[in-house]
Amino acid sequence: MRELVKKLTSIYGPAGNEELVSQAIREEIESYVDEIEVDVMGNLIAHKKGSGNGKRIMLAAHMDQIGFMVTHIDDKGFLRFSNLGGISVANSINRRVIFESGLAGVIGYETEIDSWKDITLSKMYIDIGVSSKEEAEKLVKIGDVAVYHPLFSESNGKYISGAMDDRAGCALLVQTIKNIGSTPNDLYFVFTVQEELGLRGARTAAYALEPDIGIAVDVTATGDTPKCRPMAVSLGKGPAIKIKDASVLAHPLVKELMISTAEKHNIPYQLEILEYGGTDSGAIHLSRGGVPSGVLSIPCRYIHSDSETIDASDLDNGVKLLTKILEEDINI
Amino acid sequence: MDAKQFLGQLIDVPGVSGYENKISKMIMEAFEPYCDEVYRDAFYNVYGKKLGNRSGHGPKVMLAAHLDEIGLMVKDIDEKGFISFTNIGGVDQRILLSQEVYVHGKEKLFGVIGAKPPHLQERKEAQKAVPMKEMAIDVGLPAEKVKELVSIGDLITFKSPLVELKGTNVCGKSIDDRAGVVVMYETMKELEKLVFSGEVYFVATAQEEVGTRGAIISTYKVNPDIGIAIDVTHGDTPDAPKTETHAMDKGPSIGVGPNMHPKLTKKLMDVAKENRIDFQVEVAPGLTGTDARSMQISREGVPTVLIELPLRYMHTTVETLNMDNVKKAAKLIALFIASMEEGWEECLTY
Amino acid sequence: MFDLLKKLAEARGVSGNEDEVRQLIIEVVTPLVDEVTVDRMGSVIAYKKGTRSNKKVMLCAHMDEVGFIITRIDDNGMLKFATVGSIDPRILPSKKVRIGDKAIPGVLGIKAIHLQEPAERERAVKVDQMYIDIGAKNKEEAEKLVKPGDYAVFDSECIYFGDNKVKSKALDDRVGCLTLIEVLKDRYPFDLYACFTVQEEVGLRGAKVAGYSIQPDMALVVEGTTCSDVPGVDPHKYSTRMGEGPAISIADLASYSNKKLVSFLIQCAKNAKIPFQIKESISGGNDAGEIQRARGGTMTAVVSVPCRYIHSPSSVADLNDIDNTIKLVQEFLKGCEAL
Repeated sequence: MRELVKKLTSIYGPAGNEELVSQAIREEIESYVDEIEVDVMGNLIAHKKGSGNGKRIMLAAHMDQIGFMVTHIDDKGFLRFSNLGGISVANSINRRVIFESGLAGVIGYETEIDSWKDITLSKMYIDIGVSSKEEAEKLVKIGDVAVYHPLFSESNGKYISGAMDDRAGCALLVQTIKNIGSTPNDLYFVFTVQEELGLRGARTAAYALEPDIGIAVDVTATGDTPKCRPMAVSLGKGPAIKIKDASVLAHPLVKELMISTAEKHNIPYQLEILEYGGTDSGAIHLSRGGVPSGVLSIPCRYIHSDSETIDASDLDNGVKLLTKILEEDINI
Repeated sequence: MDAKQFLGQLIDVPGVSGYENKISKMIMEAFEPYCDEVYRDAFYNVYGKKLGNRSGHGPKVMLAAHLDEIGLMVKDIDEKGFISFTNIGGVDQRILLSQEVYVHGKEKLFGVIGAKPPHLQERKEAQKAVPMKEMAIDVGLPAEKVKELVSIGDLITFKSPLVELKGTNVCGKSIDDRAGVVVMYETMKELEKLVFSGEVYFVATAQEEVGTRGAIISTYKVNPDIGIAIDVTHGDTPDAPKTETHAMDKGPSIGVGPNMHPKLTKKLMDVAKENRIDFQVEVAPGLTGTDARSMQISREGVPTVLIELPLRYMHTTVETLNMDNVKKAAKLIALFIASMEEGWEECLTY
Repeated sequence: MFDLLKKLAEARGVSGNEDEVRQLIIEVVTPLVDEVTVDRMGSVIAYKKGTRSNKKVMLCAHMDEVGFIITRIDDNGMLKFATVGSIDPRILPSKKVRIGDKAIPGVLGIKAIHLQEPAERERAVKVDQMYIDIGAKNKEEAEKLVKPGDYAVFDSECIYFGDNKVKSKALDDRVGCLTLIEVLKDRYPFDLYACFTVQEEVGLRGAKVAGYSIQPDMALVVEGTTCSDVPGVDPHKYSTRMGEGPAISIADLASYSNKKLVSFLIQCAKNAKIPFQIKESISGGNDAGEIQRARGGTMTAVVSVPCRYIHSPSSVADLNDIDNTIKLVQEFLKGCEAL
């Protein structure tokens, strides 16, 4: 699992540009599934046929990570950018970023500003170390996207890296695909695109697949750091079964299924209420005539920074739990 | 069952957005005698289908009034047994202090939302509204008992049964939009006295308070020719701007604006005038905060009209409604449906 | 071309009340296409059958403009209103409007400067403080002419000025409508659906329904977009520059354009030597957002005419930019079938 997570979190794949992640995941799972295809939005859809008479289940983990899109190159070769997905000022200042080509840069801000509160993304820039517009134009163009420079660390059973959101979810799905035995259920593992831009890939994939049930796998915040926003989720206490976030109220029957499966197999779990934020299930559950959906969450600290931190055991237990859920006879 | 009685019963049944199981069952029972078919879907939207009693090619009409209510949800239980909570739907945190609630755990527990007594507050503190995260529900039980009976994610509803005020006014919680469901119920009864062709779907929608989610799903399923959304709007109070509120005694409000079909809305107003049913006009410059916003853009589009009952103190436990408007709205809708004769498609053009 | 643009820009069509501009467009396109339909939201869909293939290409421009809706008539005969679509309230004082079907003239009055406190002059006015004056003595008199629910547009003539520039209300997106009409003069190998959508300004509503109905193989949206290359703005916030040609979007808030379509557009421009620019911001959203994600998804891209002072009665565009946008869309249509 560690190597898989390390590999996936280091691949360049900002929202709208998920091709490399898609290729890598495809290589990992090809021999384990019955069909694979890529749709017009770029979603990677892997079908694992059920033994019959089960439910049609759509799983979703998003391949895209947040990024910085170059919108302007100034006379001195500094790059102005706009955010793709939720980028905060605090998580960007003086950080190192990297483009698909391998070009590295640093995010600076207009230091004549006195107060941090007055800094906005439009007062920041990417420094790629050139001194003129012409030099810059040889290396980048408007529309190019940079991501946090990847660096994977492990510390006391915690994995630390940018893009855990949601490569950890992708890893969880990949491992589930490899581990799962026979199941009555027809499984569609969708590695979605553009979740960070508004759950976009999931919306079209769900429409096309018409599943009976949807389960997204994504990261969620924790309430276990000093003087943090209170939340009853901690690292190391198991994968979280989402009750709600701003995009979806997990369907009570799907939530029950997840809880009872965890209890049946003695897999540790937590219950999660997130007062903001959304996941692919937000789009899936409103598709066509409605799809009862839930979310399996991986507790994660420092979300949308370059050092998102998860617990290895939560990930392992997440794989266990999801595998067992998908092997169940479901009555929804 | 009369309208006031039904409303009183409805508002006592819990049904916070996403957890409308109980309320949907009650509504299904109520719809039974007046519909040809009654069923619900996986999201607890309730559908009452009524076929026309005259031959012809009348439209497939869908009515929508939401059955979910705003409420609270258990976020955590501390070492002393106090329950911290979050809101489901737009709950005004200023109404929470000293409210009486029910916590729906393994048992239904009575509780109060308490907070720091004034004697212990600093002056500056006392000037600001108490934020929700500093409040807690006290169910009066020891911590172990609370943890046994209550889990994270359990729903919390307000205790506020229907109370009669002067005139035909009533007051309680969740009249938004259980009163709309009552309007649908009364409309069914009215339709029995009239002649109409086509089909009518009375849909009590789920999860409106968190984004008209039930309407998105149910409108897709029903795929109607015409949509009629029934909800509440702001009744006039001294402290609210006149442009945004309506009189309590001048009839229901009809919505006007880009979210509503102009010709269909005009026809609705014509029916009201012809039958001397008084009504007011609610101008909405953008999307309305009702199921109409999602009905209009379902699939290939659904021409939609909106009828709203003026309601004071919306989203509090003392929502105040004039019951007269329920009857008026029901009559108007029934007559409107019956007026859809040959050539009704003309109303849907531009 | 200017005459048609003038007719289009001066036609009234606030989101939700597109009647006048709809009729105009139907009149103009009917002789050019095989079938014209109006869908359930009021969008106009002009269909032109392809000469040899069944591929469906959708062109899209929105008919609606930002404007106002009357919310109430005060006892003194003044009208209270709300804005429809996004308008900066600070541009409102001292502008003229036309209300309702009869285009009743009205003014957005404001207290004379002599009567204002210094502090007042510093503060931006809010819509709920403002009113429209139609000259009525009292409520009764006003009610003879207007009613709550009536829509109002900016009263602004479309004029040619300066160095090949045009000033008007509603350049966003009558320039797009103009472009669609121009390209409808030709016939193409594929089935072409030119959609003049409604209610873009209040949430891309017409496009959501049109995208669902038409289910195109690809869609190109033609818009009017922000052009902030004016004094006081840092160059990196210009978004687009006047006179530098149509702006091709990489992404905006509603959609990330399909990469194949974007490279093809750039290639078309280069091959036909049409000046073009890349939109330098991710701001704004348009119909492509809803069309891209209708049903199982479709390829979309956006091409825009730079418009200074967008969403105001005095927006400005360069006629060369409009011309080049039309040319670019024509080039696109010549080769897009292969994508």
